[in-house]
Amino acid sequence: MIKKVRSHPTQNEPLLFERSSPGKKAYQLPALDVPEVDPAAALGGENVREEIPGFPEVSEVEVIRHFTRLSTWNYAIDLGVYPLGSCTMKYNPRINELVARLDGLAWAHPYQPETRSQGAFEVMAHLEQALEEITGMDAVTLQPAAGAQGELTGILLMRAYHEKQGNPRKKILIPDSAHGTNPATAAMVGYEVENIASNSHGMLDPEVLARAVTEDVAGIMVTNPNTLGVFERDIARAAEILHAKGALVYMDGANMNALVGIARPGDFGVDVMHLNLHKTFSTPHGGGGPGSGPVAVKKHLEPFLPAPRLKTTAEGLRLDFDRPDSIGRVRAFYGNFGVLVRALAYILAHGGNGLRNATVDAVLNANYIRRRLEPYYDLPYTAPNMHEVVFSDSKQAARGVRTGDIAKRLIDYGFHPYTVSFPLIVHGALMIEPTETEGKMEIDLLVDALISIALETENDPDVVKSAPHTTRVSRVDEVTAARRPVLRWKP
Amino acid sequence: MRYLPKSDSERQEMLRACGLESPEELFAAIPEPLRLNRPLALDDGISEYEIVDYFRARSARSVAGEASFLGAGAYAHYRPVMVDTVVSRGEFLTSYTPYQAELSQGTLVSIFEFQTMICQLTGMDVANASMYDGSTAVPEAAMMAARITGRDGIVVARTVHPEYREVLETYARYQGLPVTEVGYDAGTGAIDLAALDAAVTDATACVILQSPNFFGCLDVVQAAADLAHARGALLIVVFTEAVSLGVVAPPVAADIVVGELQSFAISPSFGGPYAGVIATKEKFIRQIPGRLVGETKDVRGQRAYCLTLATREQHIRREKATSNICTNQALIALMATVFMSVYGKQGLRDLAAQNLAKAHYLAGQLDRRFAAPFFNEFVVRTGSRTPEAINEALLGKNIVGGLPLGRWYPELADCMLLCATETARREHMDSVAEAFA
Repeated sequence: MIKKVRSHPTQNEPLLFERSSPGKKAYQLPALDVPEVDPAAALGGENVREEIPGFPEVSEVEVIRHFTRLSTWNYAIDLGVYPLGSCTMKYNPRINELVARLDGLAWAHPYQPETRSQGAFEVMAHLEQALEEITGMDAVTLQPAAGAQGELTGILLMRAYHEKQGNPRKKILIPDSAHGTNPATAAMVGYEVENIASNSHGMLDPEVLARAVTEDVAGIMVTNPNTLGVFERDIARAAEILHAKGALVYMDGANMNALVGIARPGDFGVDVMHLNLHKTFSTPHGGGGPGSGPVAVKKHLEPFLPAPRLKTTAEGLRLDFDRPDSIGRVRAFYGNFGVLVRALAYILAHGGNGLRNATVDAVLNANYIRRRLEPYYDLPYTAPNMHEVVFSDSKQAARGVRTGDIAKRLIDYGFHPYTVSFPLIVHGALMIEPTETEGKMEIDLLVDALISIALETENDPDVVKSAPHTTRVSRVDEVTAARRPVLRWKP
Repeated sequence: MRYLPKSDSERQEMLRACGLESPEELFAAIPEPLRLNRPLALDDGISEYEIVDYFRARSARSVAGEASFLGAGAYAHYRPVMVDTVVSRGEFLTSYTPYQAELSQGTLVSIFEFQTMICQLTGMDVANASMYDGSTAVPEAAMMAARITGRDGIVVARTVHPEYREVLETYARYQGLPVTEVGYDAGTGAIDLAALDAAVTDATACVILQSPNFFGCLDVVQAAADLAHARGALLIVVFTEAVSLGVVAPPVAADIVVGELQSFAISPSFGGPYAGVIATKEKFIRQIPGRLVGETKDVRGQRAYCLTLATREQHIRREKATSNICTNQALIALMATVFMSVYGKQGLRDLAAQNLAKAHYLAGQLDRRFAAPFFNEFVVRTGSRTPEAINEALLGKNIVGGLPLGRWYPELADCMLLCATETARREHMDSVAEAFA
């Protein structure tokens, strides 16, 4: 039975270009207080453009209606649980939006005098300290723009460290359960990727690792908890194995929401890691960004961090560009500052104990879901899970229903689906991450919906296989979209 | 804690349902020695109004001044109110990458419109859904050119934003992509074509040029394109000031256009978050990095949109992907989309014309260093006084002056880069001119 939603008309809306009519306006500029300039005279006639073909011309109310109507075609955290595994879709506190828009922060120019940037520097310094404490690491750079760029930064640091020792080495080890960004990143830093098979519990196997680690290995990229939501029990042992051969441990911090206040990567052998502020620290995902991917390191990697670094001096905070061993810049200016402001607001709101309590609730929610769904869905790896749980569709597949079908049917029940078909080591994966900002009522609704779909699979599999039935658009033809790409509107 | 929605009794009930007595048991899988056996050394949580106070105090210690003439990749343009109205809607703000097309059509349509408007603006055929920013889009475009041409040499103008070049250097270092820099013509401020001619070889994958360039000068796009193409290299044209495209001819001779859209209603925000974009010709579509939204139909035959050509991307191709980019800048790109919708065809031209007028008014009172035509930024000589001394004097009037160039261009230590957008007021510009007098 569908309990969470009932249908409600949504407005149709054409593309903006189809609303256009010459002369419609949504803007007015102030009168010029200086003489007009003839573009052809100032720029040279050949450098002046014709009018922009096809560019929209709409009125103010149409702009507002257009985007408001489009917005109603989206699902969002503000409407309910968004259980995408590995994405940590938690509530985005609104106070964070307000403080990021305060004039002195939102309108600070990256090149304004340092004496006039002290407030912005203080925000950055405070966040760096908080993240150092949370991760147990010695230094943090806030420059990387998102998780994948944090990975790139981290592996560049690894490479710079090894080069300083005289040998960059050749390979990065990556467990088969890893995010796709990991191997893509290693390749961008000129490393070969060697995949490491997980053991039957879906975990790193120290023996397998010991055989793989040679003097050619620069390091490992490991996610902990891993993408099965399982804490790598042998992580400290794994770190010892790598360190014994001079290799380093990179931790993908995508799943840090399971650890904050409970355990610190710096205490279990990690040399370098990134954080996703848009996951663990509540900054909005915004339909696919902006993110922010700070990188935390142990002391031995600090000299290599991207320049500039914040430095405390007698005259206040300053930018230090004199960093001879630095890997250089990974991004212009100082990172996604507006995202940093939001993340710090979140940390201040929670405080140390609040952050730990959030972790407890996140892990409790995932375990509760596991316990309630275990009778209905196959759990291929039974090790205790942390903040997310991964089922497989093997029971439903017998009736021809796959994880993608269950996901689409979940939409009819009023939910955004879980992560489909990832991690790759689980055939037909349903990867569910509720986060701590879901109450019991919402979690129960989600679980009830998944149970109901499991029963439908037995009784009426076609209703699942042809879902969703209640959305504005039904399943889309992705094959044609890729075969004959239409990537822009044309008149 | 106000962000945690459970009552204690619900928590207990859920624990019992899991067969657990205490929350500590949830972490039994973490070996005892690896656990943090103390509270985090962070202050206690604070209320909403204490948070506001905290950031107001920092905001007050981060003051751009009554007026500012800084540009150089971050521009002070007016942000229409509609922009924040739209991006504050929870359905845009609190959703994620539109993997599930059926309940993400709002985001998908807005990205499709974004891609379309970027194509219209740049004269290219396809544009991606966004990159982190302009600086990181540059190396991504260079890597794309290397894949397309099967060559590895990158030739970049010294008049590309210095921090963008630093990012390029970082990315290129370990991918076997040697970077060569080409200087500028000391008279015009545009690229030195003779030096470019000498630098481009049969091993060159691309030439990277910025226009308007870091000095604000319109660069010689067509000549650079002819030169690059004659040797089988691609031309990448970068823009940092998107408003210029309201009046300046788009770089249609380029093979790839890389842009920073901060000027389109994205607040300067001390350097980010911004939104970059890569646009290119149809034939290079499968080499473009990042997300792409395509139009298709649903099973009922209705028009629908979805993410497409994912086989280029890291989650499918892993180490053979076109890039490792995953999360990009969707919400920030939406700001730009709303901005373009608000100004539209005539408005963007009118806005660009005002920028042109303001900058030429200010420049008219000063000693310009370069002769090439400029849009809203230009380099001036500071005469007998240093740029720093002039800025200090201006700060006394609560005006932030221009950017001294000596840090990146020692030969221009007696010059500064000034920017005047539509928000510059005549009285402030007159104050700047007085400070030079």
